[in-house]
Order: sequence, then C-alpha cells, then structure tokens
Amino acid sequence: MEDSREGATTLRATPEHIHVDEEEPLSRHAHPRRGLRIGIGGPVGSGKTALVAALCRTLSSELELAVVTNDIYTTEDADFLLRNGVLPAERVTAVETGACPHTAIRDDISTNLEAIEELEDKLPPLDLILVESGGDNLTATFSRGLVHYQIFVIDVAGGDKVPRKGGPGVSTSDLLVINKTDLASRVGADLSVMNRDARAKRGDLPVLFTSLTEDPTARTVADWVRGRLAEHRD
Amino acid sequence: MTGQKTVSVSAYGTAEGSLSALLLLADGRFPTGGHAHSGGFEPAAGVDGLNDVASLEAFLRGRLGTVGLVSAAFSAASCRIFGAEVVPVGDPDSDGSTAAQLALLDAEYEARTPSPVLRTASRRLGRSLLRAGRCVWPHPGLDRMVSLPGKGPHQPIAFGAVAAAAGQPPRHAALAAAHEAVAGPATAAIRLLGLDPFEVNAALARLAPAVADVAGQAAACAHAPPADLPANAGYLLDIFAELHATWEVRLFAS
Repeated sequence: MEDSREGATTLRATPEHIHVDEEEPLSRHAHPRRGLRIGIGGPVGSGKTALVAALCRTLSSELELAVVTNDIYTTEDADFLLRNGVLPAERVTAVETGACPHTAIRDDISTNLEAIEELEDKLPPLDLILVESGGDNLTATFSRGLVHYQIFVIDVAGGDKVPRKGGPGVSTSDLLVINKTDLASRVGADLSVMNRDARAKRGDLPVLFTSLTEDPTARTVADWVRGRLAEHRD
Repeated sequence: MTGQKTVSVSAYGTAEGSLSALLLLADGRFPTGGHAHSGGFEPAAGVDGLNDVASLEAFLRGRLGTVGLVSAAFSAASCRIFGAEVVPVGDPDSDGSTAAQLALLDAEYEARTPSPVLRTASRRLGRSLLRAGRCVWPHPGLDRMVSLPGKGPHQPIAFGAVAAAAGQPPRHAALAAAHEAVAGPATAAIRLLGLDPFEVNAALARLAPAVADVAGQAAACAHAPPADLPANAGYLLDIFAELHATWEVRLFAS
C-alpha cells in the first residue's frame, strides 16, 4: 500500500493511517473558541489555489493558519499547497465532495465543518481557516453556517463579460477578486469595463484586481483579510 | 446546551406530525454529510465495472440485505433505547444507563464493521448526524451523546438516537435507515455514471418491497440483546472500501 506522494491529509482515513483509528474524543464545549473562517470560491482555473497559497505565504508568519480544500476529485489543490511549501501537511485537509462541490460548501456543510473542527482540535488555537471551494460556477456561494466571509475569485482570461453576468458570487461575496490582470492585453479584456460592471453589481462591496504572477504575496487581499481579522477579534 | 429549547415529543403527537418529521429525516437533502459518500458504489463500479441500472440494482439489493439490514437493526435498537429516555421529556438519565446501553450497542456495531476505513467514515457520519440532530430536534440526550468518550457514535447509533429525538418509533428509524441504505448509493450512481435518474428511481421503486421487508426484520429485533442483532456482511464492501481509500482520484469519501 503506497503512501500519498505529497502527504496531503484527507478527511477520510488516509492510506498511511489505514489500520489506526486515531480520532480524538469530541470536544465537550458547545461553542469552542473559533478562528476566523474565510471561504474562497470561484470558477475553475481562476486562481483560487494560487490565492490561498499567496495568503499562506504572506500571513503564516504572523497568524496560526490552516486550510481546507474541496477538490473535485483529487487532493491536487492540497498537494499544490504542500509542494509549494506554503504550509506544513498537518495544516492542510482535503475533503471529498461526492461530485457536488457546491453542496459541500452550501447545502450540506457537515464534511467541511468536520474538517475545520478536526483542525481546530489538533492545532494550537487557529486565527484563520481558509476554506477553498472546488472550482464551480457563478452561482456557487458559501453557507453562512460555514464561513464568516467569502472571497469570490474570477479572472480576466475568463472574459470581461463575467462581472456583467453577475450571479451570487460576483454580486454578493464579501470581496470580489479579479485575477490575472497581466493577461488583459493578450485576451482582449477591458479592465475598466470589468471594474464598472463589477461595481454596478456590487454597490459598496469591495473589488480588488490582482496579478498573482506579478505579486505572489497578494498584498492587497492579505490586507483585506487582516482587516476582517481585526473586526473578528473585537 | 443549556438555554436551548427542547422540543416536546407531543409536538409530533399526531400521525401526520410524526410522518412529516420522518420525511425530513429520510430526505437525502438532510444535511449530514451523506452526499459525499457512495455507500461503496464508487469502488464497486471501478473494480467490478458496474456501469448500468441493472448492475446498480443488483448492487443495491446485495447492500440492502447485508449492511442495510445491520444498519437498520442498529438504528431501531438505538431508537428504542434512546426513546425510553425521550418519553418523559426533561433531563433524566443522570445515572448514565442509556449512555451505557448505547455504548454497548456501539461496540457491537464496531465488531460488525471490520474495515477501519468504514469505521472511521461511520463515526464521522455519526458525528455529523448528531450535529444536525441537536440543532433540528434539540434534546439533552443528544448533547450527552456528543460527550461520550471515544470518537463519536457510529452512524446507525446516532441515527436511531436522532430519530427518537424527532419523535420516531423504532420501526420508523428502521425504515428510514433501510431506505437510505439504497437511496444514498443510488444518488451517487447518478452522479458518478450519469445514469438516467428516472430509471434509477424506477429501480428504487422496485426495491421498495425489499426495503420494507428489511425494515420489518430490523424493527423486530429492536428489543433484542445487542449481541443478537443481525451480523450479515458483504465482505467485498469492506475490501473495496480499503482499496478505495488508496485511490489517488475519487469523487466520494467512501
């Protein structure tokens, strides 16, 4: 029986622990101290995992941080984070979603809650838990029972019409990130159109343009996260 | 969970009230994490090449008569034990006798689940059920189950307890568990293989008499000593579950 190459922790029994049931007793506290939970959603390939990696790189030295990934069918995203050395394996958990990534973050959040609580139990008090959705469509949003805030990530290469199409992710997420601005000229996308349409859909809700290839620290998004964390602690 | 209102069983005193709670509990949309599990169908389809409604139906029939019956019987027994506590609403059981009986039941179920992977999955589903149950049908007995030593109750133990908290008799718990034993994997098969959802539901309808029969057998042993409860097994389900856990690519958690 071969060990997982990258060592991502998955919520089910992992091969290397296959003969051991190591689960801890459930917490007796009805409301244990909770870190800030931020969901990161958006279409396939828009840069969700790159954003999570960037936030880990930037914030892991100042915060106790953990990540739950919801891949469509593998531990690809979790492995990406581990491969890039942004977080140690015990801080990354991958959950399976039964071919329904939106169900796992919205309609039935049980598996993600389990993953978060297991991370909270085994690690020192966590300040921040990032829950990355599997790539889905424009209607996929997080349940308020699962996360405190949600970031929706779209990208310039997906077409500059996406903000105009709207949908709950574009319109109602707490932060809209429009990634891959460095590709705008190559794909014929007009950033000012995207900006205008996004602001029309979102009212006062914030929009940030990023190029994670040009700024792998995602400085502006990290600042936004710090702001939410400060509010959460008050 | 002080301060939470305990729903009186009398709220489900009418037949319709009880049935409506049963429908809620048996609905695949009830949020207990089940949607991420295929009940062994994903590995069975991968290893044995099941790829049509006929082979799905045969799989479901086999599952129903083995782990389905065991799950339904343990759900009924748990519901009966927990229900004895529910009837006088309030906060009885300071002596822990219900907890001891449920712990014994849990150990017997563990003995009928040889696969470590399935044991872990079952306890995770059990914890998720308690999480949902405590919110939907608040009851101090469910709160106590959360603090039982160990890793959370097995799924059927939790299911019976939540069913009792929802005002259900053991025979309803058995019926809902037997139904879920086939309905859950059937939904997974639709997503996994793109089978025609009408045809799959027709297969479920054909299985309905068998579901009722299994539920009847399960409910009949609700009062039996835990050691005497059914121990039917589908060995391939256990073996496939262990294999499945090593797959690099999978859609379902089990």
